[in-house]
Amino acid sequence: MDAILFLLFAAIAVISAINLVLQTHPISSALSLIGVMGALAALYLLLGGEFIAAAQLIVYAGAIMVLFVFVIMLLNAGAEVKIRRGPWVKFFGIPLLVAFLGLIGYILQNLFPASEGVQFGGFTHGTALDIGRLLFTSYLLPFEVTSVLILVALVGAIVLARKEID
Amino acid sequence: MNFFILSLIKSAVVAFVLMTTLAYLQWIERKVIAHIQLRVGPRRVGPHGLLQPLADVIKLLTKEDILPSHVNTFFYFLAPFIAVFFALISISVIPFGTDINIGPIHTAMQLTDLNIGVLFVLGLSGMGVYGVALAGWASNNKYSLMGGLRSSAQMISYELPMALAIAAPLLMLNTLSFRELVNAQAGYYLGFIPRWSIFQGPLPQVFSFILFVIAAFAETNRVPFDLPEAENELVAGFHTEYSSMKFAAFFMAEYANMITVSCVATLLFLGGWQPLFPVEYGSSFVPSVIFVLGGLLCLYHGFNPARPLDRITLPVAGVVFIGVAGAFVAPVIGPVLLPLFWFASKVGVILFLFIWIRGTLPRFRYDQLMSFAWTFMFPVAVVNLLVTGLLVALTSK
Repeated sequence: MDAILFLLFAAIAVISAINLVLQTHPISSALSLIGVMGALAALYLLLGGEFIAAAQLIVYAGAIMVLFVFVIMLLNAGAEVKIRRGPWVKFFGIPLLVAFLGLIGYILQNLFPASEGVQFGGFTHGTALDIGRLLFTSYLLPFEVTSVLILVALVGAIVLARKEID
Repeated sequence: MNFFILSLIKSAVVAFVLMTTLAYLQWIERKVIAHIQLRVGPRRVGPHGLLQPLADVIKLLTKEDILPSHVNTFFYFLAPFIAVFFALISISVIPFGTDINIGPIHTAMQLTDLNIGVLFVLGLSGMGVYGVALAGWASNNKYSLMGGLRSSAQMISYELPMALAIAAPLLMLNTLSFRELVNAQAGYYLGFIPRWSIFQGPLPQVFSFILFVIAAFAETNRVPFDLPEAENELVAGFHTEYSSMKFAAFFMAEYANMITVSCVATLLFLGGWQPLFPVEYGSSFVPSVIFVLGGLLCLYHGFNPARPLDRITLPVAGVVFIGVAGAFVAPVIGPVLLPLFWFASKVGVILFLFIWIRGTLPRFRYDQLMSFAWTFMFPVAVVNLLVTGLLVALTSK
């Protein structure tokens, strides 16, 4: 059952990611990215990281992607214009891609032998309690530094994007 | 019984009850707002307008389903689907009562008890923004776009004080699962004050409750925050170009969101299905007493009817109410119905608050609405969370 669910959500993630690249309209790409985020949240849930799955849904799919969609809507970005590509790309594109993916698959399979596979349901420390404890004891400094970093990025974005008042 | 079949049956029951509640919530809203405005509301279709929701459903189904030529077709169809999907699916983690035993079956009155239930509901309400934003944009119409963008900006702005207001009682109750939250609010102080979250612990969560209710009004686009769908400002906002079933889908999504946030407020702040006073003082008889009084009132008015048809309908209603009162003290179904009564009455009080405020307050202007969220509610929610955290830290072992 776990293997079926994994294959289903992995397939949704991969197909959404490919769709993201192949679509011409930015909103379709944004929605495909939301599909990828949702499938990833389901995969985190399968692995036992329930808080991370919920955080992915709340923060990534529910807030960051909403901002992406807002920007695309407000800027009125239309569908892209497809440009003509030369015959080299059409002839060598897909075979080279398949060869590249095959090479990566082979390397990964040699690095991670099949006996050390992932056990679905083997990890039980993904609850909010465990993550909260770790965040406030062992990882306190990275937590605080990350919050300051996000604040700096926010202030920087506002400063860079404002209009000059003459 | 097999887990799948039991879950299917429970899902069917919950879905049926939710849909009926949605339809009759609209009837209740029309009647309550009518009486606030000193008129009567629907009374022609069925006795006292009780079949009005059925008539509305038939009307919406048989209206002409227009597909304007200028819309972006895929997103135009996707938007109401997203809105309804995320609105209806949040009900699956809401517990309606305790564990029950029906014959050989032992099950909980909840579809699934996730141990991150609160985060699940928060995440889904965040995803519901897409339905509104896509509807406004795909309609290819400046009023819809403005309504859609305003509504989505309002919803994501008020998610922040809502999440902070939810975090404060979670600090005291120490769990994210809804069933555990209600169990942590069991018991009584001094023998008669219930340990609901608004009365409990180092800091009674009254401010969090008020903040949550205000943020819930904004999340569900209800008055006084309903500028995005105001008729006199924006034609009809983001659902201008939608007709028939797609409009009904947005309508359903709004009422389903209302029911979900009322259920969440009940579970987090008002103690879920915990009774108001202990069983020793007779709280098991409260629903029976209320229904018997209601039945007697209906029978009394049935004998002095204001309108000729009431001579028949009111005594029937009276008898039905007295029958329901008897069901609450019956041996087998009484313990099942009792927690359900407390839960439903608390949710009903909050829904009545939604409808009451709709009939009473004018709506905010959009800049007032946004500045209220960012300059008032967010600081108040942060201070509330800080004070709660400080008191919990000082009084915990």
